[in-house]
Order: sequence, then C-alpha cells, then structure tokens
Amino acid sequence: MAERMGFFTDTSVCIGCKACEVACKEWNELPDDGFVFEATSYDNTGALGASTWRHVAFIEQTRAVRVDGHEEDVDRWLMSSDVCKHCTHAACLDVCPTGALFRTEFDTVVVQPDVCNGCGYCVPACPYGVIDRRQDDGRAWKCTMCYDRQLGGLEPACAKACPTDSIQFGPLDELRERAAARLAGLHADGHTEARLYGESPDDGVGGAGAFFLLLDEPEVYGLPPDPVVTTRDLPSMWRWAGAAAVSLAGAVAVAFLESRVRR
Amino acid sequence: MKRERAVVPEAEFRSYYGRPVIKAPIWHEPHMPTYLYLGGMSGASSVMAIMARYTGHPTLARTARIAAAVGSAAGAGLLAAELGRPERFLNMLRLFKPTSPMSVGSWILAAQGGLSALAASSELTGILPLAGDAAVLATGLTGPLTATYTAVLVADTAVPAWHEAYRELPFLFAGSALASAGAVGMLAVPRAEAAPARVVAVTGAAVETVAGVVMERRLGLAGEPYRLGRAGRLMRAARVLTVGGAALAAVAGRGRALGVLSGLALTAGALCTRFGILEAGRVSAADPKYTVTPQRQRLDALAGPSAASPAERQPANPA
Repeated sequence: MAERMGFFTDTSVCIGCKACEVACKEWNELPDDGFVFEATSYDNTGALGASTWRHVAFIEQTRAVRVDGHEEDVDRWLMSSDVCKHCTHAACLDVCPTGALFRTEFDTVVVQPDVCNGCGYCVPACPYGVIDRRQDDGRAWKCTMCYDRQLGGLEPACAKACPTDSIQFGPLDELRERAAARLAGLHADGHTEARLYGESPDDGVGGAGAFFLLLDEPEVYGLPPDPVVTTRDLPSMWRWAGAAAVSLAGAVAVAFLESRVRR
Repeated sequence: MKRERAVVPEAEFRSYYGRPVIKAPIWHEPHMPTYLYLGGMSGASSVMAIMARYTGHPTLARTARIAAAVGSAAGAGLLAAELGRPERFLNMLRLFKPTSPMSVGSWILAAQGGLSALAASSELTGILPLAGDAAVLATGLTGPLTATYTAVLVADTAVPAWHEAYRELPFLFAGSALASAGAVGMLAVPRAEAAPARVVAVTGAAVETVAGVVMERRLGLAGEPYRLGRAGRLMRAARVLTVGGAALAAVAGRGRALGVLSGLALTAGALCTRFGILEAGRVSAADPKYTVTPQRQRLDALAGPSAASPAERQPANPA
C-alpha cells in the first residue's frame, strides 16, 4: 500500500474563487447543479452532493472586536472549500452492501460506478452528508480524491487549481505537521479562533483523510461538530436486534402453548 | 458598517443557513415502509406457521405459511424497485459483508424468501411434505431475523431519530411484526382456530406500544420528530389503531366481525408505524438542530464550562 494521501484545506487563505469546484467538474465530467440562486451569499451550490464534490461555503459574519479599548462590530467573510473527508472509519464504505465502495491504495474511499446498484444506504450513513445518489443515473457518487490522477502521479484537480494553496494535497502525516505549524503561527498572531477539524485520529471517524483549518465552529460551515461513524455501535445494535428476535419467537411459542392449555 | 444581528433561532445552535448537515434517507414511500411491514409480517408468520403446525392448528398453519411466502416475495420486489439500478439487484448477493446490515439483511431475506416459498408451495401442492416441513422449521431462524434486522438497517445510519433509537427499534419492529402476523391470522382463519393468532396480536400490540413509549421518553430531542408534524400524526394514529385493535382482538373470540375489525385495525396500525418511522427519519435528517445540538453538547461537556466564550457563541449567520 502506498502512503496515505490526504487534503489539508486551510480556510484562512481561501478567497472563495471556486476554481476548485470548476476544476473538479471539468476533470470528473460532473453534470451541472441546476443554476440555482441560493440567496446565501456567493454560494451557488449549497452543499456537497452527487455532482458537487467540492463545495465552497460563504459565511458573512458580524463580530464584536475590541478596538482601542472599546468593543466594535466588525464584519468578516469566512470561505471554505468542503470535500469528502475520506474517513479512517468510513460509514459509507462499511454499510455498502455490494462492495461498490472500496478503500484504495492511497487510503481514500472511492465508489465503483460499475458495481453500485443505487441502494442509497451510504447516503444517510455518512455523518457529514457528503455522498448522494444522482436522480437520473440512479447511482451514488462522491469525491474520489481524483483516484485516476493519483494513479498517474498527479495531484487532484481541485488542489492543482487552487490559487492560494488553501487546498493542499500530500501524504497525510506531512499535512498534519504542516497544519500544526500553521495553526501555531495563527495563534501566535492572535487568531485564537483558528482550529483544526478532522485532523485527530482520536475523533469519532478515526481521523479524516481530508481535514481543515477553520476560523469558527464547524457547524457554522455546515460541518457536524463531533461526527461519529454509525457502525461504531453496530455490535450493540445486533445484540438488541437478536434479543428482540428471540423474544418474538418466544412470544409466539408462548401464545400457542397457552392457547393449547386453555382448550 | 453596522448590521442587524440575526435573530437567535428557537433552539440555540449554529448552522450554515439552516441547511441540513446530513443527507436525508432517499428511500421512497410506499416502497420502504411497506417492505418493513411485509418483512415483519412474513417473519412473524413463519414462527406462527411452525407453532400452528405442531400444536394442531392446520388452517392457521396453512395461512401463516402462505402469508410468510407472499410477504417476503412482495417485500423483495419492493426493495428491488427501490434501487437506483434495479437490474443490478443481484449485486446485493455479490458478497457477504457483516459491517453492512443491508448485506446481512439481503442474505436473511433471500433465505427467508426461498424457504417460505418452498414451505408454502409444498403446503399448497401436497408435494414433498417433508421438505416443506423442514423448510418451515428453518424459517424459525430466518423469520425472527427478517422481522428485526430492519431495525438495525435504519439504526445504522447518521439519522439521529433512528440511530439513537437502536435499543428500542428492534422491539418496536418485533412487536409490530407480531401484531401484523396475528392480524393476518385473524382475518384469514375461522375464529374457532384463530385463538393463538389473537394472543400473538395482543402480545405484539403490547410490545410495540411499550417499546414506542419507552423510545420517545428516552430519546429526548432526538425523539422529537416522532411527535411532530406528519410523522407525529402517523405515530399517534398507529398507537390508537394498535391499542384499539388489540382491545378488539381480546374479545374477538365472540364474533367474526370483531376479529375482522381487529385484524384491519392492527394492519393499518402496523403500516402507520412503518410510514411514521420513515417520515421521522427524514425530518430528523432535514433539520440541522438534531445533528448539531447533541454533538455540540458532547463537545462542550468534554471541554468544560470555561471553554466556550460568549463572543464565540453568537449566531453567525448573516442578518
């Protein structure tokens, strides 16, 4: 297996140009999103989906900031390019019944379109709401971290197109070191609101292969604050279902034996 | 430039323009909830068929065998129609994958469908009676699993109303399955022989009702979708129909009409339960508060009270 590859999306330098969205669509030949005016700042794709594998979020905020000894309302824009997290413990991959979703040699999670039968189970299983089924096509789609480009030794299209290096691609270990250094720098400059999201192997998905540097709480960007892979509770779920199955059989048996006694 | 602050929404949580964090289940009505009903009815009918066969209830045994076969066959058909690529239905049996309740369930349903079809055709044709009996005995294992694996199927998702209910849902589904199978027995079998079906129906209705009450009490915020809107109406209708049907079943030994009425009420109640659960899952996924609030509380509890500065807690959405 090759080294684990990942994305580090440093949103503090994102300028919201959407070059990543466009590059992704071009390279992966994704259909358009329907040209909807969302009325949510400059966001026109809304969320990640079957045909949107990079989504740039725009958040316009007013915050109280201490200026010359008094509090003043200051506006700021947060921009962030969201993407599939390529989780260490990936719920979509766990629940896929056909084996269409698989883990690549780069430790990324990819759908095989020739195997997917469109059961849709991965869609509500993802704790980030990333993967979705395409209406006309019937199959589930999501970011492949440009598996084809990686096989050819190229970086993914979004990272290649990003003009500010907000999207960085590379070996995950290296990216984590780089992110820690960047975070320390921002904190030293007084940006105490900066934080990493998804970088910790101890989180509910075992760490994300695509992690972020955010300037506010994750939910502000539409990200779950503390996602947990649903299959973590699966053994317990089966135990409860097993107990219910035994109870069902027992209840029927008792019903018949009792009515025989009564006859 | 000063701008008006966004009004704090009713529940205190932050989100990206109120958009959902997770994707709602894409399973359709009536396919998915009807399958949940049929799978439950088939599974519990199988166990009834075994017990009826060996306690001297031949008509009930025959009815239950046929109901089990029809339920799983029709259910499998609905599931195939639900796929984005129905022609790839057999990909479900491409591998056996223990981490996927849908893969495990596909094998359970395949076994239940095959065995119950064998049992029913032997019953109807009189051919290979021993094979038919062996098949019906084998459904003693696949039947209860068919009726309850579907609870794991829905609970093993990021949908809070489903995932958080993983302890009660199997019992809710098992109770609903018993009530459904008992109802079929009451509808199709003369009342003199339907006594065990009535007991099964009453037991099932009781289990379903208790499991439902416990679930809604324990879940707190995650259980809210079961009480509100269309899902709430369906769940309340299910409760009334199930309890009413059970009350009728208790006295249905006295008259044919009472049994039929009870069977219809219980069947309608079981269907309402299944439709209500699907709808509650959709609502639970569509509103970010059900995803964000418990996760945020978990983090804040871990970080301690000093971690959250008030300035950071302001609603961040544009005015």
